[in-house]
Amino acid sequence: MVKKRLIPCLDVTGGRVVKGVRFETLRDVGDPVELAQRYSDVGADELVFLDITATVDGRGPTLELVERAADRLTIPFTVGGGISCLEDARSLLRAGADKVAVNRAAFDDPALLTELAAEFGAQAVVCAIDSRGGRVVTHGGRTERDADSVAWAREAVARGAGELLVTSIDADGTREGYDLELTAAMAEAVDVPVIASGGAGEARHLAEAFAAGAEAALVASIVHERPERVQELKAELREAGWNVRI
Amino acid sequence: MKVVLADYGAGNMRSVCSALVRAGAEPVVTTDPAEVADAPLVVVAGVGHVAQAAAGLGPLADVLRERVAAGRPVLGICVGLQLLFGESEEGGEGLGLLGGGVRRLTARTVPHMGWNELACARQSRILDGLDGADVYFAHSYAVQPDDDELVVGWVDHGGSIVAAIENGALAGVQFHPERSGAAGARLLENVLQWSRSA
Repeated sequence: MVKKRLIPCLDVTGGRVVKGVRFETLRDVGDPVELAQRYSDVGADELVFLDITATVDGRGPTLELVERAADRLTIPFTVGGGISCLEDARSLLRAGADKVAVNRAAFDDPALLTELAAEFGAQAVVCAIDSRGGRVVTHGGRTERDADSVAWAREAVARGAGELLVTSIDADGTREGYDLELTAAMAEAVDVPVIASGGAGEARHLAEAFAAGAEAALVASIVHERPERVQELKAELREAGWNVRI
Repeated sequence: MKVVLADYGAGNMRSVCSALVRAGAEPVVTTDPAEVADAPLVVVAGVGHVAQAAAGLGPLADVLRERVAAGRPVLGICVGLQLLFGESEEGGEGLGLLGGGVRRLTARTVPHMGWNELACARQSRILDGLDGADVYFAHSYAVQPDDDELVVGWVDHGGSIVAAIENGALAGVQFHPERSGAAGARLLENVLQWSRSA
């Protein structure tokens, strides 16, 4: 049986990690690849690099980061943030990303998912969906779109997405647990893996997301303060009977 | 030792090259038929579709056939494994070097995505020490050999799926050794050893 995954997410801009990360033992505390390696060492199953200002700064520093990550990491990683067209995705995948996460561009033009899946296979195409009150939002939650999140998820998968990264803007940052209603509705609606995102505070929350049907759980702030937390979370999940990689 | 990666235009060979370097090899990516013919070990890696990969190989397809006929080592990774077989349900055909086809997975959740446990079918060179190891999968299709004797490792995702095959000088893995941590490194080291004596 495929194992439930724990996926730390690193926000980067200009090739540097930008928030919430303080690793005292690292020489260069802001280097995403060093941080990523650290997460890998403590048992992260996979990583997401979210380029939070990609469309503003251009993608040069991110491509360089992706190349270094591809050379050094021995776990898979996804790159997302500001991918607006096939060419953006192609350059990131060519640089060594295992998957790309497409958000607004896919919502605006769902055919992009089909093109990406045709060229790189569905397994390389993650559709990121941000949801508030069950409705799609984009631009980091600032723009409400007139669409039901679950309906959009179904279409995204029909168009070619091989995985969904579902962030509840309602739960994000609360540390009170994932949006289980949303997670369950998504997992029920599609036949691709669902990554739950937004709201993780403790191991119990990840277990709840898995029980709701998520195959993976994204974690950010709770592991940024102390990467060893990844190891502890997985040990707790294992203890609770979840099939996780130790 | 030198390892040649046959470039069929899918692009991302970087991770595989880096993993081979860590395993002690000297990888070279090429579209040159002579280089593919001469290499001690050829790796066909990548993602995408079997049909695209087969088309992208162009003249390298015949060189790979000749290598296999001459008993010279070839390793297929992911779509590279599927390429060794015949007809694919995804459309198109592989090289037909091994009997069997490529079928879409029937599990509740497809793609089969994430870390999953190898179950060795029998003693093999390439999976030596890897029975029960977790490795990373990311695929929607899997090979279905006519002869199960080729299979050296299985994995469970809504039923048994072929994770690795070994047949003389031909080997292949459905998972991604370059993204499978220490177990993936061990696989590549095993393959290098196997290729020296295959």
